[in-house]
Amino acid sequence: MSVTAAPSWSRARQEPGWLARVFDSKPFLIVACLFPAVGLLMVFLTYPLGLGIWLAFTDTRIGRSGQWVGLENFEYLMGDPTFWTAVFYSVFYTAVATVGKFALGLWLALLLNNHLPFKSLIRAIILLPWIVPTVLSAIAFWWIYDPQFSIISYVFVDVLGLRDRYFDFLGSAWPARFSLIAANIWRGIPFVAICLLAGLQTISPSLYEAALLDGATPWQRFTRITVPLLMPILAIVMTFSIIFTFTDFQLVYAITRGGPVNSTHLMATLAFQRGIAGQELAEGAAIAVAMIPFLVFATLFSYFALARRKWQQGESND
Amino acid sequence: MTNRYTRRTAIGLGAGALAAAALSREGLAQAIPRQDVQAPRLPIESGAQLRVIRPARFVEPDEVIFRENAQKFSQQFNVPVRVDFVGWEDIRPQTAVTANTGTGPDVVLGWADDPHIYADKLIELSDVAEYLGRRYGGWMFLAEKYGKRHATNNWIGIPFGGTTGPIVYRISAVREAGFQSIPDDLGEFLRLCQALKRLNKPAGFALGNAVGDGNGFANWMTWAHGAYLVDEEGKIAINSRQTLDALNYVKELYQTFVPGTLSWLDPSNNRAYAAQECWLTANGISLYYALKNDPNTRAIAEDTDHAPLPKGRVDQPPQSATILNAMVFRHTRFPNAAKAFIQFMMESEQYDPWLTGCLGYWSHSLRNYSRSAVWDSDPKLGPYRNGMNHPFWSGYKGPITAASGTVNSEYIMVQMYASVASGQATPEQAVREAERRARRIYR
Repeated sequence: MSVTAAPSWSRARQEPGWLARVFDSKPFLIVACLFPAVGLLMVFLTYPLGLGIWLAFTDTRIGRSGQWVGLENFEYLMGDPTFWTAVFYSVFYTAVATVGKFALGLWLALLLNNHLPFKSLIRAIILLPWIVPTVLSAIAFWWIYDPQFSIISYVFVDVLGLRDRYFDFLGSAWPARFSLIAANIWRGIPFVAICLLAGLQTISPSLYEAALLDGATPWQRFTRITVPLLMPILAIVMTFSIIFTFTDFQLVYAITRGGPVNSTHLMATLAFQRGIAGQELAEGAAIAVAMIPFLVFATLFSYFALARRKWQQGESND
Repeated sequence: MTNRYTRRTAIGLGAGALAAAALSREGLAQAIPRQDVQAPRLPIESGAQLRVIRPARFVEPDEVIFRENAQKFSQQFNVPVRVDFVGWEDIRPQTAVTANTGTGPDVVLGWADDPHIYADKLIELSDVAEYLGRRYGGWMFLAEKYGKRHATNNWIGIPFGGTTGPIVYRISAVREAGFQSIPDDLGEFLRLCQALKRLNKPAGFALGNAVGDGNGFANWMTWAHGAYLVDEEGKIAINSRQTLDALNYVKELYQTFVPGTLSWLDPSNNRAYAAQECWLTANGISLYYALKNDPNTRAIAEDTDHAPLPKGRVDQPPQSATILNAMVFRHTRFPNAAKAFIQFMMESEQYDPWLTGCLGYWSHSLRNYSRSAVWDSDPKLGPYRNGMNHPFWSGYKGPITAASGTVNSEYIMVQMYASVASGQATPEQAVREAERRARRIYR
C-alpha cells in the first residue's frame, strides 16, 4: 500500500503560490505583524510626544506657529516662582497622597481579606469612589469644601456648635493643599485596596497555619509573611499610583483651578493653564516636558525594583 | 424716558420676557428707530450654505431665539445654516484651529480679541458695519473698539453684544447700612461694605481663579484708582502709585467680605447671593434672571437692584464687557452669504427679539437698541443698558492683542489682589510680580 501511495502523494504536492511563500517568510511576517502596533504607537504616542517636546523649544502660541527659541522657555520657568510652587506641590501631593493611600488601602485590604458577611457586595461598594468619574467626585468635593455650603462646616457649626465660624478649606494655601490631598486619597484608596486584596489572596493560608503552630504573634505574621509576599504587587501598584497621582489634573482643576494664588497648581494643571487657557502653547509644553524626568524616575524605580528578585522572593534568594 | 414708553412697557414684559417677545415680535421691531440706508449689495453665491459657531447659551432664550433667527435667514435667502453652540472655554481653541487650518465654520462668533489675533485671515466687514452703524444710530464705544482693526477704520469683527458685571445688591441691606444707593466714591463704598459686615450681611467679590468675575473685580479696582496694565503703546505700566493705592484699598475692603472669596470661582458668588450669604456682589444679568424665574427666590429678586461699578477716580464706570464678536474667515466659499447672515441677524426684526428674550444678557452694540423695550421692561436692568459703552477694555489702555486675553486667563491681575488680600505679599511685591508676569506675556 505504502509503496504505491508514496509517489501519488509527492505528485499531489504543488509549488506554493507567491502569496503562501510570502506568508511563509519570517522577515515579512515580522514586519506585517509589527506594523499595526508600531504604526499605532508612532501615530498616537511618539508623534504627540515628539511634537510636545518640539513645542517646548519654540515660542508657539495658539493661533500662531512659533520659531525655535532653544531653552528660552525653560530659562523663564527656572526663574518663575509659580512654576517652582507647582513642582513642589506636585511632589508633595504625590508623596503625601501615596503614603495615605497605601496606609489606608492596605488596612482596608486586610479588613476585606477577613471573612465578612456579604463579602463580595462590600468589595463592590468599596470600588465606588474609583468608578465614579473623577469630575463628578471633584464637584462633590468642591461642594464639601465650599466656604458657604460645606456639609462639614454645617455639622460643626450649626449642628454640633463646636465652632462659631465656617471652615475655610480652600481660602489659604496649606488648608487648600491638604483638602485636595484628602480628596485624592479618598479617590485612590479603592484601587490600592482591591489590588492589594488580590495580592493577599494569593498568599497560601498554610503559611499562616505553620506560623500559628510555631507561636508567631499577629504582628510577626504580618511583617514576616504578609509584607514580604505582598512586595511584588505592592511595587507595581505603587508605581501606577505614583504616576496617576503625579499627573492628576481633574481634582485640582475642578476644585481650585490652582488657586488660591497658584498655591495648589500641579505641573499638569499649570501646563494646561499656560498652554490652553493662557494660549502660550510653548510654555505649557515646556512645563509638560519638565514632568518627564519625574515620571521616568518613577518608571525606572519600578523597573529596577521589579527586576530585583530579593524584593520579590525575600532576602536570601539571590 | 421711561414715561414715554409706558405703552410698550405695558405690552412688554409683565407676562414674562419670552412670551412677550414671541407675541409682539413685529410690534417691538417697529419701536427701534432706524434710517433707510442703502444696504450693501451682497449677491448670495449659488449653492451657498453656512456653518456658524458661537458660545453656548447662559440663558435659554439666547439659544432658542438665535436658532429661530438663523432659521428665518435660511428660509428668506434659501441658504441652509447650521449653528453649533460650543462651550465657552472651547471656542477659543476652535477658532484657532479654524484660523490655522483654513477650514471650518464660515462665521465664527468668538470672543472679543479673536478677530484682532487673526486679523490677516479675515474678510473685511466694513461695508456691513458701516451700513448697520448708519442705520442704527452708530456703534457703542466698545463695539467700535473691538470691531475695528487697531488704529484703522477697517472693521474686522461685528460685535453682537457683551455681558457686563455691575454691582448686584440687596436693596434692604444697603438701606439698613444707611445708604440710599451705591456710592460712586471709593471711600464711601468701603464704609458701605464695612456697615454691611457689621450687619452680618457682607459683600463678596471673587478673588479666586474666576475668569469672568475675578478679572472683572480686579480690573474695576485697577481702573477706578486711575491705574492701568499697559499704556497706549502696549508697554507695561502697572507698577504705579495708583496700583499701590488700589492694592491697599482692596486689602481693607477684603476685611469686609464674606469668608472664602479667595477660593471663589465664577459660580460661587451666584450661589452665595442666592443663599443669602452674600448681599452685594458684581455679576452679569444671569443672577437676577435666575432669581426672578425661580418662585423660591423671587422675593430675593424683588429686593435686588443693580448699580454701575463705583467710578472712584475716573469719570465713567470702570467696567469692560465680555463681547461676542463675529468674524468671517477668508477660507469661506460664501463670503457674501456670511456677511448677509451677520447683517440679517443685526437687523431689528431679528436682533430686538433676541435682545429682549435674553432679558438684556448680551448688552446691545448698536446705539438705537437702547430704545429696545427690554430696557424699560424692568427698571432694574438700567446698568446693563450701557454695558457696551464704557470706555474701558481688557488690556486698557493698550491696543487689543492676544496678550490682554492671556493676562485674563492667567489671572495675573486677580492674583495680584488676592496675594495682597490674603497677606501673602506686600502691595509692592504683588505689583512687581504682576509686572514680571505681564512683561513676559506682552514681550
